[in-house]
Amino acid sequence: MTMLKKLSVLFLTVLLTGAPLLASQPPGGAATDGFVPLDSLPPQEQLPAAPLLVTAYAFVWVLLMAYIWSIASRLRKVEAEMATLQRRTPGAAGR
Amino acid sequence: MPFRVALLILKKDFLIEVKSLEILSTTLFFAVSCLLVFSFAFVKEGSPVQDAAAGILWIAIAFSGTLALGRVFERERYGETLRALLLAPAPRPAIYLGKLFGMVLLMFTTEVVLVPMVALLFQAPLFSRPLLLFVLLAAGTVGFASVGTLFAAMLVRARTRDIMLPILLYPVTIPVMIAGVQGTSALLQASPDEAMATMWIAIVSTFDVVAITLCLWMFEPLMTE
Amino acid sequence: MTRFFLPVFGVTALMFAGAPFVIADAPYESTMLLVQKIFYFHVPAWFVMFTAIFISGIWSARYLFKGDRNADRVAFAAAEIAVVFGLMGLVTGPLWGRKAWGVWWQWDARLTMALLLEAIFIGYLLVRKYGGPGSEKLSAAMAIFGMLNVPFVYISVNIWRTIHPKTSVVPTLGPGMFGAFWFSVIAFMLLFALLMHLRVRLEQQRAALDDLYLAEEP
Repeated sequence: MTMLKKLSVLFLTVLLTGAPLLASQPPGGAATDGFVPLDSLPPQEQLPAAPLLVTAYAFVWVLLMAYIWSIASRLRKVEAEMATLQRRTPGAAGR
Repeated sequence: MPFRVALLILKKDFLIEVKSLEILSTTLFFAVSCLLVFSFAFVKEGSPVQDAAAGILWIAIAFSGTLALGRVFERERYGETLRALLLAPAPRPAIYLGKLFGMVLLMFTTEVVLVPMVALLFQAPLFSRPLLLFVLLAAGTVGFASVGTLFAAMLVRARTRDIMLPILLYPVTIPVMIAGVQGTSALLQASPDEAMATMWIAIVSTFDVVAITLCLWMFEPLMTE
Repeated sequence: MTRFFLPVFGVTALMFAGAPFVIADAPYESTMLLVQKIFYFHVPAWFVMFTAIFISGIWSARYLFKGDRNADRVAFAAAEIAVVFGLMGLVTGPLWGRKAWGVWWQWDARLTMALLLEAIFIGYLLVRKYGGPGSEKLSAAMAIFGMLNVPFVYISVNIWRTIHPKTSVVPTLGPGMFGAFWFSVIAFMLLFALLMHLRVRLEQQRAALDDLYLAEEP
């Protein structure tokens, strides 16, 4: 649950930060709005690529970091629990 | 021997169902309700949206099939009879086959009502190539029911089975749905595209063979506690 | 694997630190220019997802038929990683497509297949989490079906939608791009190995914890 929660929070954050970035692009005419058939687009559409690339890059990094952090924190939690359990019942550790 | 056991299980389920008709009547009515809901969405100014009929038919089949799968195994769970069935000296794959036969039969009965209703309500020429449509429906139903029976049997013990069944079943049976809808709409065209429909039938049939083989093979380890 | 963990970790970290420079250095693709650089991490993410799916499917089968509990842990770890990398591909893909195709989403074979596999493996994680007793076996069946569904979905969607814009999806790689691309793929694969190691370890520790609890209460 926590992992799913974290992932969804993360996803929303990226969406929310990504949206203004995308929205700030200068509108390249009617062609960039909504769904336009491929063949009716001009060959060199004037849509800046940098914000898209930066968003993609940032998303990959944030997702990876979050996932690694989530594994690490889950591992820490399990190991901490094991330690307390072993302290409480010293006999169980040897079994 | 395994085949005989499967038929015995089918007979048992059939006899129980005939007494009350609970699952059949509720599934049928649910399927019809689905059609009514769709008609509000896809009939504009008195005439149905083009090509909607194929999708409506298959969605109704999938929804009512899911419901029926849940009900069939709920009955086994209620009487703790699935365990008894598994304890019986019968090969596991035969039990699976018996359940699958029952499920396919139930879905066929629903389709016998659904198809004419779709043809009527959405003005779809569904009966222009009856044989091809029948084979497509049969192959699609078997594909859907084969995976569905396995998952529903496994979910009997799970508390969240009502929601888990569609979550697991729909993504896995998407190839069946694509083929069913596309094959049916090929038959619904002004001049039915038989070659296209036959190709979709071939794809679903391959899916059926793979799915049933896999289910028969997995049922044993899956149902062993 | 434990012995190799630190060296592999070092190499991966170095490769990931160097990746931006390698990617920035790679020549511009002639029609898509800058946005094509998404390619260098979009495609490796899919490579990882598919590897993870096949590992999950095969190890699930090993668990089901051989009863090997450790295989189940490997399958679970791979399924989770497949979902993470699938999400990566599903988010970076539309960002690229927006520029290259002019639309965020296309119902073409690859995209649909990716979305479906993501759905199947999210289902896997959900059933694992909320499925109750016996969910390991059910999720194993799910992984096997997910793996075998790959060709069916690909074929059926391919026939359903044959408008794949081939010109832009798989550019013929120039020499500079070729190096940068395989650099990224290797970096992602190493990362995958590291994540798998950590994730499997987490499952093993959980199992050990369960054993401890069982030992405590006879």
